[in-house]
Amino acid sequence: MDTQKPQYNDDIVRLFTIATLFWGIAGFAVGLLIALQLAFPDLNFEPYLTFGRLRPVHTSAVIFAFGGNALFATSYFVVQRTCQARLWNDTLAFFTFWGYQTFIVIAALGYLAGVTQGKEYAEPEWYADLWLTVVWVAYLIVFLMTLAKRKEPHIYVANWFYLAFIVTVAILHLVNNLSLPVGLAEAKSYSAYAGVQSAMIQWWYGHNAVGFFLTAGFLGMMYYFVPKQAGRPVYSYRLSILHFWSLIFIYIWAGPHHLHYTALPDWAQTLGMTFSIMLWMPSWGGMINGLMTLSGAWHKLRDDPILQFMIVALSFYGMSTFEGPLMSIKAVNALSHYTDWTIGHVHSGALGWVGFITFGALYYLVPVLWDKKEMYSKKLISVHLWVATIGIVLYMVSMWFAGILQGLQWRTYDDMGFLQYSFVETVANLHIYYIIRALGGLLYLGGALVMIYNVVKTVKDGAPVRAALQGAAHAG
Amino acid sequence: MLDKHKKLEKNSMLLLLFTVIAVSIGGLVEVIPLFRMDVTIEKVEGMRPYTPLELMGQNIYIRENCSSCHSQQIRPLRDEVERYGHYSLAAESMYDRPFLWGSKRTGPDLARVGGKFSDEWHVAHLKNPRELVPESIMPSYAFLANRGVDLRKIRSHLKSLRTVGVPYTDEMIEQAYNDAMAQGRADGDASGLRARYGDKVITRDFDGQREMLSEMDALVAYLQVLGTMADLRHYNPDIAEMKE
Repeated sequence: MDTQKPQYNDDIVRLFTIATLFWGIAGFAVGLLIALQLAFPDLNFEPYLTFGRLRPVHTSAVIFAFGGNALFATSYFVVQRTCQARLWNDTLAFFTFWGYQTFIVIAALGYLAGVTQGKEYAEPEWYADLWLTVVWVAYLIVFLMTLAKRKEPHIYVANWFYLAFIVTVAILHLVNNLSLPVGLAEAKSYSAYAGVQSAMIQWWYGHNAVGFFLTAGFLGMMYYFVPKQAGRPVYSYRLSILHFWSLIFIYIWAGPHHLHYTALPDWAQTLGMTFSIMLWMPSWGGMINGLMTLSGAWHKLRDDPILQFMIVALSFYGMSTFEGPLMSIKAVNALSHYTDWTIGHVHSGALGWVGFITFGALYYLVPVLWDKKEMYSKKLISVHLWVATIGIVLYMVSMWFAGILQGLQWRTYDDMGFLQYSFVETVANLHIYYIIRALGGLLYLGGALVMIYNVVKTVKDGAPVRAALQGAAHAG
Repeated sequence: MLDKHKKLEKNSMLLLLFTVIAVSIGGLVEVIPLFRMDVTIEKVEGMRPYTPLELMGQNIYIRENCSSCHSQQIRPLRDEVERYGHYSLAAESMYDRPFLWGSKRTGPDLARVGGKFSDEWHVAHLKNPRELVPESIMPSYAFLANRGVDLRKIRSHLKSLRTVGVPYTDEMIEQAYNDAMAQGRADGDASGLRARYGDKVITRDFDGQREMLSEMDALVAYLQVLGTMADLRHYNPDIAEMKE
């Protein structure tokens, strides 16, 4: 079988891997800066470097640039391996790389200049949206055509998730960004939807950016790299099927939980809440399927920091997919909404789940892609793991405190029946938590820099894989 | 069941089709009914499209991403209604494209900030928030006062909005530039502006700089109209429902 091994297009995977690391550092660094701006407002520099303009730079850099490039890299790697086929059309694949990087740069420069649609996670204006549509269609075509020429009869489960991610993000993007430009030479456009409809469509988009971009795509990653690293097959094939269909069907309904107690009609809020609670089950089904893949291989967890990254990622996934349904309950949401609790929740998912599963996958990928025996330093992987984990815990816990404290203070009455706290008093109380949060972010960034060092050393000085094979033969 | 699923696993187009169906249902059920405006948006007196100057102010609000820290959506909870005023109605954002409800209150809600502070307060606060509120963590926006508001394409803005559904009349589009100037310069003739947008329209030199219609003028004009359009004295949710 080894003699007939098909040749894969790994150049494109290497490019996307480098981009992932680059944008990861950029996104984490801007995140740290805006966290510090909230603790020390003098760090805002008008007009370009204010919190308002930098926040979408941070969110887009981590979600679409870091996360997006990681999904491109791993999906192109996984689809080739699991289909036993070379990626379809090198030129188009290459176009998706440069096209996507161009989109990121156009969007980010736009934010700094104040060009934004004002919709969270859908900030890029119409021209950037059109460009992304072209790139995304190319991505879908490359992926589908590779599936079409596969030599394996079955499409592997990781590819179901990648496919659902690609096609659903396309639908969400097209519908939510429908708008009319003021002119062909003008950056500004007006949304096709107003008020309530605009809100509902935006959060249908927004929550499913989480559901399909940050969840389904990364579950695809999980379904390939966890079994690979553990050296065990996926725990349950039946659970995979149940997990996939129930997750994608239910996720789409959850958007209205971002609009509890607003002017959105009650029936829609109730539907959103109900499906958000139901979503707990498929989410944990997926987590269990990932964790139990280690059945019979739990001992590997003891000294394999890459596997540890993946298992910690799944644990954070389980934690935040429990917290999410909890926060979607209207009574809880009345307290948590508009506060930093939401920010903490997002980050336990983003830093813990998305970040860690990506780091795990990249630590697996880098030696394979650059033909090395293993990562330069296992010890440094552990350092990264622990520094980043402490960072996440500081982040999450400080935001829990900040959010719940402020939520409670907003609704505190004094003995006379008046509101006890002015708004700004509740802001002043958050200062210490904002500092702790920034410290958490600093640790997370520091961990990622350790990874960069480790990757660079691996690529430059790592022992080539041939030596490893000889070593293995020798040992055998 | 598992055998049938094998068909999907062996046919990528079929898998794609079933995926699209699975992810479409929820969105369709939740979104389509909202386009029955008469049920979604309650009837309330007073709502009107933004004047050209207010619209430019809203665009500055969007440009600076004010909604990343300020919501414009008061929930019907006791403390919020006491702190900010009457809970927000769907009708009140019917001319916002996109909606600006926000999702985080790093600063206070602004849905009804209109008329609560003087123009001078807003200008001083935007120039240096900590001069007025020492504990504030808001960035300063002093540059707004030094920058003229860009009215070159103001008609195209109104035209685009009319195309997507905002009821601007031909006259409103025609007079957009004059209306903006009339609203932000207290010395002009504002009768045309009032005739088109109503008597409640505030015409003032918002930033106190007579020589220029600045972005500060536009933003403050927008902030001062927030939450003041709908006539809530006569709003009764039960009666509004009965009228249907």
